[in-house]
Amino acid sequence: MNNLGAPVIELENVSYTYGGDALLSDVSLHLQPGSFHFLTGPSGAGKTTLLKLCYGALLPTSGRLTACDQNVAELDRDQMALLRRRIGVVHQDCRFLDHLTLAENIALPLMVSGKGEKAQKEDMDELLNWVGLGARQDALPPELSGGERQRAALARAVILSPDVVLADEPTGNVDWDMSQRLLRLLVELNKMGKTVLIATHDLSLIRAAKSQVQARVLRISHRNVQLAGADL
Amino acid sequence: MLLPDSRADRVVPPTGYTAHLTLFVSGAMAFLAVFALALSLASDRLAERWATELAGAATLRINAPADQMAAQTKAALDVLSQTPGVASARALTAEEQIALLSPWFGSDLPLDTLPVPQLIEIIEGEPGMDVAGLRLRLGAEAPGAVLDDHTRWRAPLIDAAMSLRRLGWISILLIGGATAAMITLAANASLAANAQIIEVLRLVGARDRFIAHAFVRRFTYRAFFGAVVGVLFGMIGVLLLPEASDEGGFLTGLGFRGLGWLLPALIPILGAAVAFLATWTAATRKLKELS
Repeated sequence: MNNLGAPVIELENVSYTYGGDALLSDVSLHLQPGSFHFLTGPSGAGKTTLLKLCYGALLPTSGRLTACDQNVAELDRDQMALLRRRIGVVHQDCRFLDHLTLAENIALPLMVSGKGEKAQKEDMDELLNWVGLGARQDALPPELSGGERQRAALARAVILSPDVVLADEPTGNVDWDMSQRLLRLLVELNKMGKTVLIATHDLSLIRAAKSQVQARVLRISHRNVQLAGADL
Repeated sequence: MLLPDSRADRVVPPTGYTAHLTLFVSGAMAFLAVFALALSLASDRLAERWATELAGAATLRINAPADQMAAQTKAALDVLSQTPGVASARALTAEEQIALLSPWFGSDLPLDTLPVPQLIEIIEGEPGMDVAGLRLRLGAEAPGAVLDDHTRWRAPLIDAAMSLRRLGWISILLIGGATAAMITLAANASLAANAQIIEVLRLVGARDRFIAHAFVRRFTYRAFFGAVVGVLFGMIGVLLLPEASDEGGFLTGLGFRGLGWLLPALIPILGAAVAFLATWTAATRKLKELS
């Protein structure tokens, strides 16, 4: 694991307020290149909000957020789009386009970034085999199981070889075996040098990961992020 | 930007009522535009014909008892032959006078039994004749002669034709504006209905330009194909209009002439351009709202 260099994502005293309510307050967080983090806390604590801030879907109300050496508050929409190509995101609900096949959904980041069809085909075959979905590439998203959807979402998140992978409750809709399979894929990505941040309330997943990877566990509590203790 | 990109175009679902709305609106508007264009061109031709055919011409009418008709006609022709600015003057033959009257009285008109005035056609030369002076001389030599230089009714006719042409072009502009408005509404509805798709595309790093292009291409092609169908139906309608004829006057002959038949081919291209601009504007605005 490589922890050298400037943080890939850096929050300095970041607060986020919505409708007059502070959802996050004065959060400071550094994600070093190649690090592996879990973000945990009860439902509604602000895990998803923090992830959305990290990939620019929300902007901080105050404080400074830097992602891939760029201050997200200063980016225009085009620059934000380019930043998102460097940050892979896996959502709990996967967010597929149901009228496109699995392969087309996974290839979306390649398509929007203007990569050629030949490059897409090569990247796709490799990636589909990696997530074990080579035989399902022509299926439509509604035809997939929860585990297949999550693996496909992970494949889509990493197809552009991003610097960071953010996963929001990636194992929320899958059984234990599938959650372990997904975890192994995320650990493999980390070993390839990717920074990984997983938001989850599943403590058993965090315990299982400890034997595979050196992970920092962060807990959201009282609208702030703290390093979790050994009681996990 | 408008080159088809089958994979990129698939990111927006192909169905939805906006697709049918765009096709129908562009088709209907193109159909109407064909008729407005035909009206404009026909009015233009009419104005030009009236202006050129009637300008430089005058008619002399001899109203005289039958026994004086030949003498007064000869006297009038003599005066005209000596009048500066008159290029030629000739008395219409009985057959020509019957042809002029037949639309109203039928072709078997017994002209010799009717007190029909003798008509003399006058063609003006350059620099033109002194109408007032000619009237005075004719009054002295042929008291039954009435000179009509057409100015009294030529100007309003040309004005009417020019107004018709203006109306035709205004109609085309209104059709273009209405098409733009309808396509803007359809594009906005489509963008709103596909907000989740836009969100996913943004999530994976799509720029606004990529998203807008997917919508713009779709609406532009739909508008183009709808307009092609509309123009084809419009052309069939124009072809079925009655041919220009003397009996029909200026209400017939509203179709196209010569190279004018090619002009409707521009309508789908202009329709596509209108759709392109309308969708691009709507998409740019909507994407800004959705950010």
